[in-house]
Amino acid sequence: MSEWWTYRPSDFLMFSPRIHARLFESVNLQWWPLALLLPLAGLAWAWLLWRRGAALRPGLAALGVVWIFVAWTFHAERFVPINWAAVAFVLLFALQGVGLLGLAALGGVQVQRHGARAAIGLALWLLALLAHPLLAALLDRPWLQAEVFGLAPDPTAIATLGVWLLLRADSRAGVWVWRVLGTLPLVWCGISAALLATMDSGQAWVPAAAALLTLAALALPPRR
Amino acid sequence: MAASTQCRRVDATRRHAPIDRRQWLVTAAAAAWSARAAAQDRATPLARRIPSSGELLPAIGLGSWITFNVGSDRVARDACVEVVRAFFAEGGRLIDSSPMYGSSQPTIGHALARLGHPPALFAAEKVWSGDAARAPAQIEASRAHWGVPRFDLLQVHNLWAWQQHLPRLFALKAAGRLRCVGISTSEGRRHAELEQVMRTQPIDFVQLTYNPLDREAEARLLPLAQARGIGVIVNRPFREGQLLRALARHPLPAWAAEVDCVHWAQLVLKFIVTHPAVTCAIPATSQVSHLRQNMAALRGRQPDAALRARIARELAALV
Repeated sequence: MSEWWTYRPSDFLMFSPRIHARLFESVNLQWWPLALLLPLAGLAWAWLLWRRGAALRPGLAALGVVWIFVAWTFHAERFVPINWAAVAFVLLFALQGVGLLGLAALGGVQVQRHGARAAIGLALWLLALLAHPLLAALLDRPWLQAEVFGLAPDPTAIATLGVWLLLRADSRAGVWVWRVLGTLPLVWCGISAALLATMDSGQAWVPAAAALLTLAALALPPRR
Repeated sequence: MAASTQCRRVDATRRHAPIDRRQWLVTAAAAAWSARAAAQDRATPLARRIPSSGELLPAIGLGSWITFNVGSDRVARDACVEVVRAFFAEGGRLIDSSPMYGSSQPTIGHALARLGHPPALFAAEKVWSGDAARAPAQIEASRAHWGVPRFDLLQVHNLWAWQQHLPRLFALKAAGRLRCVGISTSEGRRHAELEQVMRTQPIDFVQLTYNPLDREAEARLLPLAQARGIGVIVNRPFREGQLLRALARHPLPAWAAEVDCVHWAQLVLKFIVTHPAVTCAIPATSQVSHLRQNMAALRGRQPDAALRARIARELAALV
C-alpha cells in the first residue's frame, strides 16, 4: 500500500458503529441466560479469591475457557464477517485462553490479596463485571446491546487485568507466564480503545483507562 | 433562474400591448409545448453514456462501502434488501462493491436474489489483491457472492498491482466474460500514477473521489477522461457522510430551489453528476429515505457552470 502515510485509522473502519453495537445484541440473545450467569460466576470467583484465597486454579481454567468462548462466539462468528482484521483478534483471544488453561494446569502463581495493587485489581474486576454492562444504556443504546463479561471482549479483558493484578508469580517460569498473560489483555484494551475512538464512541476512554490504571498499578510494589 | 425571472419581467411590461390573436395562439401553444417538454425533462432521470460503449447509465449508482457490511445480522440484511429495491424502483442501475468490503458482496447477492435479479443491474466489482495469481479465484468468489453470470465492470482496487491485473482483465473482456475494465482510487491518492494508467491503458472506467470540496480531479483527471473517452465513477461523494453531517448544521440556501433541491445531499450530487466528464456517482446508504433523497438528484433542473461554481464556493465556506 503506497502513500501509507496518507491513511487515517478511519480509512480502515469498514463497518458502522450501529452494526458493531448490534454484535453485542446478537451474542447476548443467542447465549441467553449466559449474559446473566457469567457475571454472577465471575462475582462468586472474586469473592472466593479475595476472601478465602480459594479456587485460584479452577478459576483460571474457567477464565481460559471464557477467553476461548469469546474468541469463537464474538470474534470468529460475528466480528470477522464484518472486519477481516478480526482474524487476528480470534488468535489473540484463543492464545490468551490457552495460556490461562496452561497456567491453571501448571500453577506458578499465587493470590496477592493485600496492598494497593491488589485493591486496584479487585476494583477493575468488579467494574468490568458490574459497571461495564451499564455503558450501553448510558450511551443511549438498548439494554440488549450491553457488553457483558464472558460474551463481549472488553469486559472480559478488563476483568482479566483485574485478576492479573491480584496474582503474584512464585517461580521464575511463573514470572514469564504472568507477564505474557497480562500483556495480551493490555494489547486488546489498546486495540479496542483505538477502534472505539475511530468510531467516535463515547466509551473509548473505558478500555484506555483500564489499561492505564493497570500500568499504573504495576508501578506499585505488590504489597504496600 | 435569473433568466426566467427576467422573462416574467418582460411579460409584465407588455401587459397592455395590443394582442394579435393568431400570434397569441401560436405563442400559447409553444409555451404549452415547452412547459410539457420541460416537465417531461424534469421527470426523466439524468443518464450518462458510457464513453466506450454508448450505453446509458443513470448518473446515480449505489456504493456499498460500510453500509452493506452487515455480516449475518438478518435485520440489517433485510434493510439492505429494501435499499436495493428502492434503488431499482427509482431507476438506478450501477451497484459497486469490492472484496475488501467485508460482507457487502454477500449482502448484495442476498438482495439481488430476493428481488429476482433485476435485469437493469450494472454490476461493478473490483479486484483487490497484490498477487495476480489469486485474482481469478477472487473474481469467481465475488461472482458467486453476487449470483450474477458475469460482471459488467471489474476495476483494479486502489491501483493495487494494476500492472499484473489489467492484462488479465483485458483478456476476460476480449473473451466476452467481462464488459468493461476500470481502475479505482480514492481520496486523491496516487493521481499521478492514475493519470499514467489513463494515458497508456485502454480502460473503460476510472473511479475516483470528487465532490464540491475534493476537486483535485478537475485539474487533470476529469479533462483527461473526457479526452480519452473514459467513463468516470465518483466515490465518496459525501466524504463517508462527514460532509452531510457538517452541512446539516446549516439551513439549505434558498437558491438550492433553483435546481429543485430540498436536501444538501441532492445539491452535492447534482454538483458532481453535472461535471461533463462524470458518468455516475455512487453514494452509499443503508436507509431507504436517504436512498430516495439521493436518487432525487437525478430529476429536476440541474446546475449550470455558474451555479456549480457557487455550490463549490459556498459549501467550502460552510464546512
